[in-house]
Amino acid sequence: MSTQTSGLAIETAGLVKTFGETRAVDGVDLAVPAGTVYGVLGPNGAGKTTTVKMLATLLRPDGGEAHVFGHDIVREADEVRGRVSLTGQYASVDEDLTGTENLVLLGRLLGHRKPAARTRAAQLLEAFGLTEAAGKQVKHYSGGMRRRIDIAASILSTPDLLFLDEPTTGLDPRSRNQVWDIVRAVVAQGTTVLLTTQYLDEADQLASRIAVIDRGKVIAEGTKGELKASVGAGSVHLRLRDPERREEAVRILRDLLTAEVQLEPDPVALTARLGVAASDTAADQAARALGELARAGITVDNFSLGQPSLDEVFLALTGHDTGQGTGPETKDEVAA
Amino acid sequence: MSTATSTENKELAPVSTESLAALLVAKERPPRPGSLSTSLTFGWRAILKIKHVPEQLFDVTAFPIMNLLMFTYLFGGALAGSPRDYIQFVLPGILVMSVVMITMYTGVSVNVDIEKGVFDRFRSLPIWRPSAMIGYLLGDALRYTIASVVMLSVGLLLGYRPDGGIGGVVAGIALLLVFSFAFSWIWTMFGLMLRTEKSVMSVSMMVIFPLTFLSNVFVDPKTMPGWLQAFVNNSPVTHLASAVRGLMAGDWPADEIAWTLGWSAAFVLVFGPVTMRLYNRK
Repeated sequence: MSTQTSGLAIETAGLVKTFGETRAVDGVDLAVPAGTVYGVLGPNGAGKTTTVKMLATLLRPDGGEAHVFGHDIVREADEVRGRVSLTGQYASVDEDLTGTENLVLLGRLLGHRKPAARTRAAQLLEAFGLTEAAGKQVKHYSGGMRRRIDIAASILSTPDLLFLDEPTTGLDPRSRNQVWDIVRAVVAQGTTVLLTTQYLDEADQLASRIAVIDRGKVIAEGTKGELKASVGAGSVHLRLRDPERREEAVRILRDLLTAEVQLEPDPVALTARLGVAASDTAADQAARALGELARAGITVDNFSLGQPSLDEVFLALTGHDTGQGTGPETKDEVAA
Repeated sequence: MSTATSTENKELAPVSTESLAALLVAKERPPRPGSLSTSLTFGWRAILKIKHVPEQLFDVTAFPIMNLLMFTYLFGGALAGSPRDYIQFVLPGILVMSVVMITMYTGVSVNVDIEKGVFDRFRSLPIWRPSAMIGYLLGDALRYTIASVVMLSVGLLLGYRPDGGIGGVVAGIALLLVFSFAFSWIWTMFGLMLRTEKSVMSVSMMVIFPLTFLSNVFVDPKTMPGWLQAFVNNSPVTHLASAVRGLMAGDWPADEIAWTLGWSAAFVLVFGPVTMRLYNRK
C-alpha cells in the first residue's frame, strides 16, 4: 500500500451532480492528501452527502471527474470499492440483525471465511465496548452504540480511505468525544478519513485540512490556520473590574488596535477582534493593549486570547451564518 | 421494548483505542469472495431476518391454508361432485397459485429495505452486484418451501393422494421453486422502480390476480370463450400448473415442463438485467 505514504487519496475536478433542476453538487474540486483527516464542512443541504456518495461509487456524477487513489470512480468503480469504506449519515448496518450478525455478514462479504469473520467481529465488538450488546438487534441500540457499530462495520477490513458522513450528528457530547477518539485511532494507523460535518468545532478538532462547502460549491479550502487567518488573527476577551470604565477601555482599544470592539452582555466584558498584521502577532497586539489599559489605571480581572471560531469563518465566507443554531452560545454548551 | 430502554440507559463501556489500533494494523485482506459465496451470504441474511421476525411466515402458512380450504369447499361440490374428488385436481393448482402470489412480497421487502442506509454499504462493497438481489430470492425460496410443505400436509389430511408419490411431489415443488425464483425478478424490478411500498403492493396485485386466476388452476379452460382460452392456454401459470399437476400425478409432462423452464429463462433474461440497471442507479 505505497499510496498510503504519499500522494492524494482523493482528487476531484469540477464534480457535478444534479437532481432535476437542483445542482446539488456544482463543480467541486478537492485534493485530499493521503493519511490525513480531511474535513468537509457545510450546513444541511450544502452537497456534502451527495459528494461522498459519488466518491463512494453510489452515485454517478453528471459532470467532472474524480479519482480515488488514482482510480476513476466511474470507470474503475470496482477498484475504488476495494479501497474505501463508507459510514453513511443514517445507520449503515442492518437494524434487524444483531451486532455480531452484522459484522459477520460484512466480514463474509469482504471474503473472510466464517471462523475468521467471527473472530474479527468479536475483536471489534470488544474494542468498541459493545461485547455486552453483541447479541442484541441493532434497532435496540442507543445512538452512541449505533455509531460505534457503524464505524466497526467500516473497518472490518482496514480501509485505505474511510468516509464518515456526519458521524456525530445527534450524539450527546460524551458519545461525540468517543467517536472523535475512534477517528483519531483510525487515522493514526494510516487510513485517510474524509469527514463531513456541520459542526465547526468537529472539523476544528479532527481535520488537518478543511473544505467549506455551500450550495454545492467549495467556497474555501485550506488548513485550519489558513481559513482562520482569512477572517482575522483572532480576538481578545477582557473582563474588567469596574463596569464604569468599560466605555473608556473600548475607546483605548479602538484607537490602539484599530480593531472592532464588541460589548458583551456581561457589563464588565468586552471582545476586541484583531486585524491581520504581518509584523504584529495577535499576542503582541494583546500585550500592547494590556499595557495601555494598565497605564490608564483600568484593572483587568481576566484576559484570554481566542482563535477566530469557524462560525466566524463561515459567516465571513458566505455572508450568512450556518443556519444550524451553532452560534457562540450553543457552541459553548457543546464544548462544555 | 424493555430491552430497548435498559440498553439506552446503561453506561456504555469505553472504547479501547489500544485494541482498536492493534486490529487496524492487520492490513491483510482476504481474497475477494466469489459470486456464489456472496449470494449465499445474502441468503443467510434473509434467513436471519426470518429468524428475528418469525411473524413474517404468516403469509406463507395461514394464507395458503385459507386458499386451499376456501376453494376446495367452495367449488368442490359444484365442479367435481365433492370436495374430496376436486382436491385431487385442484391441490397442485392452488399450490402453484398460492406460491406465485406469495412471490409478490419480494417486491415489497426490496422496496422497504433498499431505502435503508445498509444498502449504501452493500453497494459500496467490491462484490458481484446481483448477489444482494439473489440473496432475497434464496431466502424467499425457503419461504416457498415452507408454504408448499404446509399446503401438502393440509391437503393430505383432506384426502389428497398424489399418484406420483414422494418423487413426483418433490419434482413438482422443485419446478415450482425454479419458476418462482425466475418470476420474482419482476418484483425486484418493481420494488426498485416504484417509490412507495403501497404502490409496489397495488401494482403487484394488478399483475398477480389476472395472471393466477386466468389459468387452468381451477377449471379446464375448454368452457372459456375463445379469446380467453388463447390467453389462458399460453399463460406461464397454466404451463406451470399443468406441469406440477402432471408430476405429482406420476406423469412426465415434458412439453409443459419445457414451457415452464422456457418462461423461467425468459423472466430472468428480461427482468434480471432491468433489475440490476435500477439497482446500480438507485
